[in-house]
Amino acid sequence: MNLLADAFAWLAAPEQWTGPNGLQHLLAQQLYFTAIAVAIAAVIAVPAGWAIGHTGRGREVAVAFAGAARAVPSFGLLVLLVLLFGVLHKPEAATVTFVILAIPSLLAGAYAGFEAIDRRVIDAARAVGMTEAQILWRVEVPLGLPLLVGGFRSAVLQVVATVTIAAYVNLGGLGLPIITGLSLRRYEVVLGGAVLVALLALALDALLALAQRAAVPRGVRADQGRAAAPRRRDHPESATVSPHPS
Amino acid sequence: MIEFRNVTKRFPDGTVAVDAFDLVIPSRKTTVFVGSSGCGKTTLLRMINRMVEPTGGTVAIDGEDVASKQAVALRRSIGYVMQNSGLMPHFTVAENIATVPRLTGRTRRAARARALELMDVVGLDTAMADRYPSQLSGGQQQRVGVARGLASDPNILLMDEPFGAVDPIVRAELQRELIRLQRDLDKTVVFVTHDVDEAFLLGDQVAILAKGARRLQFGSPSEITEQPADDFVAAFIGAERGKRALRVKQTPHGPVLVDAEGRTQGVLVEGGA
Repeated sequence: MNLLADAFAWLAAPEQWTGPNGLQHLLAQQLYFTAIAVAIAAVIAVPAGWAIGHTGRGREVAVAFAGAARAVPSFGLLVLLVLLFGVLHKPEAATVTFVILAIPSLLAGAYAGFEAIDRRVIDAARAVGMTEAQILWRVEVPLGLPLLVGGFRSAVLQVVATVTIAAYVNLGGLGLPIITGLSLRRYEVVLGGAVLVALLALALDALLALAQRAAVPRGVRADQGRAAAPRRRDHPESATVSPHPS
Repeated sequence: MIEFRNVTKRFPDGTVAVDAFDLVIPSRKTTVFVGSSGCGKTTLLRMINRMVEPTGGTVAIDGEDVASKQAVALRRSIGYVMQNSGLMPHFTVAENIATVPRLTGRTRRAARARALELMDVVGLDTAMADRYPSQLSGGQQQRVGVARGLASDPNILLMDEPFGAVDPIVRAELQRELIRLQRDLDKTVVFVTHDVDEAFLLGDQVAILAKGARRLQFGSPSEITEQPADDFVAAFIGAERGKRALRVKQTPHGPVLVDAEGRTQGVLVEGGA
């Protein structure tokens, strides 16, 4: 028996893609939980990260918090929160779990994006008379965007993989075939579910990698491309040099 | 007229960058602060547009204390040109130059027209308007920086070692351009440099500063060369051994002037001005 072939055969069978527990529904649930959790985490973490990056204050607190949040085992937290919130609030418990998982990457992306900007550019923006809000929106946000999208990318990747555990508390998602397969000892179903999670994660990662490239501002990209394609100097400085006065 | 009255700047770590500094900078002249690095000259400059707040004394423009003005409005009304141009990497050349007009509410179209006009003024080809700073040479970036400083037609232009990071040939060219610009525009220019030659070339008035922005001498380049305040100033400007230490050498065709290196710098013309 070839487990992998069986898994793909199970995935390809039309009956898996019909009915209320069809794989397309589970996929949608997986994406839904991911989107909600990352969106909520972004609303919390991005402004906080920008505030830290702009003022340069509170970085230690953020690093400590992010480190602690990363160390929390998601499965344990999920079970704990279900117990605390009560069984009627399982979706909320799951969402909170995934939000906590997504926050560290987003927070780091937001403030690291600002910290990576040349201080002289910020200083110049202030010196020509930009207000703090204008410095934030016209200089720091656009220049910090690539690293923020990078943080978004790793948050999405972690959450979409972890949402699998939602099935343990009966919330569906692609964890469902994995769990039912385990209890039925149908390992091709377990593997099929896992393969689907992996494919989904890879697809999202590829998509966000493109977004990350698109987020680099044009002038900064021109900078990176400069070494590869030497620019023709249309107006060398020396062309306008007049003879030295003697 | 810019006035420093008993201005002191003590940083939180205890270093005193500026200690009880007094100076009156006349309008429509170029005044140069020259001194070695860390003497507080940049701190002095940045106190004029409130990028640095003094811990004592006042800085006044036309008799009005700058601390009484709103910092953002003040900065928009004063041109500022810095070392390494300080351009926004994600703005095009035209957008960089038009930064202040855009901030003060001019339309995109009007701001762009102003930017193109200024590119002409500082000797940049307007075909470069839509390029990004990273696509320009150092000298071109510095011209964009000067154009940005002039964009709101300020009365005062602050220049913080603007030509420090470009090669000597381009620097000489930019210095000549600045002299030409100043002749046409007649701004109050405050210029910071550590290069005495640059200070003497550009300055109507030169302030020679030592650590803590202690004023060693203030006067025109001629006054300082003819009558250095002390031995330190004389050594600093190179009056003893540098290129300003000239001696007369008699030749069959009349007297010439020779520098410390033995190179002939010019002919001595009797009865000249």
